[in-house]
Amino acid sequence: MSAARTESEQFLYHEGWLLDHGRLKEWLALFTDDATYWVPLEVGQTDPFTTSSIIFDDRPLLEIRARQFGHARAHARVPPPRTVHQVGNVRILDDDGRELRVGSTLVMVEYRQERQRTWGALVEHRLRRGPDGLRIAAKRVDLVNSEAELDGIVCLF
Amino acid sequence: MDTLDVQSIKGLVQSDRVHRAVYTDPVLFDLEMDRLFGRAWLVLGHDSQVPRAGDFFTTRMGREPVIVTRHTDGVIQVLANRCAHRGARVCEAARGHARQLVCPYHGWTYGTDGALCALPLADGYDPTPVGTPDFALRRAPRVEVYRGFIFASLAADGPALSAFLGPLRASFDDFVERAPDGEVEVAGGVFKHAYRGNWKLVLENHNDAVHPASVHASSIWAAREQPAAGGETYSDIAVRQMLQNGAPWEVWERTGLWGAPYGHSYMGDYHDDRRLVAALDHPVFAEYRAALERRLGREGAARVLGELRWNSIVYPGCSFMSQFRQLRIVHPVAADRTVVHAYSFRLKGAPEQMFRDTIAFANVVNGTASPVLTDDLEVYERIQGALAASRSDWLYLGRGAGGDIPDRDGMLRGRTGTSELHVRNQLTAWLEYMTAET
Repeated sequence: MSAARTESEQFLYHEGWLLDHGRLKEWLALFTDDATYWVPLEVGQTDPFTTSSIIFDDRPLLEIRARQFGHARAHARVPPPRTVHQVGNVRILDDDGRELRVGSTLVMVEYRQERQRTWGALVEHRLRRGPDGLRIAAKRVDLVNSEAELDGIVCLF
Repeated sequence: MDTLDVQSIKGLVQSDRVHRAVYTDPVLFDLEMDRLFGRAWLVLGHDSQVPRAGDFFTTRMGREPVIVTRHTDGVIQVLANRCAHRGARVCEAARGHARQLVCPYHGWTYGTDGALCALPLADGYDPTPVGTPDFALRRAPRVEVYRGFIFASLAADGPALSAFLGPLRASFDDFVERAPDGEVEVAGGVFKHAYRGNWKLVLENHNDAVHPASVHASSIWAAREQPAAGGETYSDIAVRQMLQNGAPWEVWERTGLWGAPYGHSYMGDYHDDRRLVAALDHPVFAEYRAALERRLGREGAARVLGELRWNSIVYPGCSFMSQFRQLRIVHPVAADRTVVHAYSFRLKGAPEQMFRDTIAFANVVNGTASPVLTDDLEVYERIQGALAASRSDWLYLGRGAGGDIPDRDGMLRGRTGTSELHVRNQLTAWLEYMTAET
């Protein structure tokens, strides 16, 4: 269990590092082809298909979201937000040998357009073991303020 | 603005331009809350949000916090969310169910019709405030429901709702008639997106057919670069909507645009994607069309499905998509701060997949982190930021000016769909509200 926790922690720190350094192609490569990236709208939301989500992306949508930063007239994304992901409280919630379910907390500082915002979230990753190590099969980010009146969000959690 | 006499307000809106103060001046904003949001019929929500007696939700009319309740007699009431005693907000929950509404401060207790029922140490008052109109939660003087949509006005007098809505009634009809069971309901969560800009900017944008190619250039491009997925997937709806924003100029030019009295407007649809448009031939819609035909007959269903509208704007508080089952309520917070609440609706009797498509559509069109919407919000903020420049006072509204064509029901139709007719029409109404003698 401890080896798995160390491996998971290192994986999550690496994921945060990629995001904080704008290495979005490498970040996308962490996800499996069937992966989902979910930021629910409602507290305790159980379903992304019959309730709206701040983000619910399958692989194609996640690729579009990441690609958009590369367009010269991506008005809200050029220059991209600068972020610091602080990942903590990493816990293995479940391990069936094939996949790990890993809970963590995220405190993130985002800076864009002369404004700094702070985000807090409970995060859950479903990490799949493969020949090249762990990949993200699902990521869920429950923002503490998901139900608040929020300005537009372009950062990646 | 130093002075707010009628003449100086009249000078702010001209035939093809508007003064920046209309978007930036806090004194004008205060006056708008009184003369515009304090008078016009505002959409507050839908009766499916309060199905049973005792159900309530809270919202705002302009800056006024209100509670919308369904009283024991079944009638919908709109009450000031402000205790008649010391002014505390009585009701904090976004929605809920209650037999009585109890103020947290001194326990003044109100019925769901706003009447004061009880309070501690009532004999400390002479005469008792219980049951008196002065000490009730103040009711909005006019409340009406049209096709399930709840409207209220803070003014006792003014045009009747049907006259106010005029030709826009047809957009609400379209919204509801599309349901096989003839009813819609709010479902699927509420987006609350905010921006640092004036409330007019979002309403001006929602009928603007020129902006997508530029504002949404990056999401159009990012979607075009995406290899086609095999078969239909969850992301279809979002990708198709992003692509549709890149429709060629001819499509936008051809799209109809109508301006109606009181500042309302709507545009025709620019979609030709059968996965998005329920009127077009697609397997998901065959079952839906059959269900609709059972209620309306073949001709009736064809008539309903042939009504193709994109955004309908009911000035000054609401923008909705009858065909795509979205309703946005615009809440002005300050001259430079606005919040938009976006609701999705379920067509009762329609296949479940259509509601799932509605949710996927809402995420890309109204989602706070949408690759599309975020660029709109960015542009609103850039406008607001630059309007601080006092050396250039005017915004230009001249596209299509002079070419608007008188149409049925007192409407004007843009010579092309890219006219700025809707903006001129909104500001004409703005001027009427702001300068009317009461």
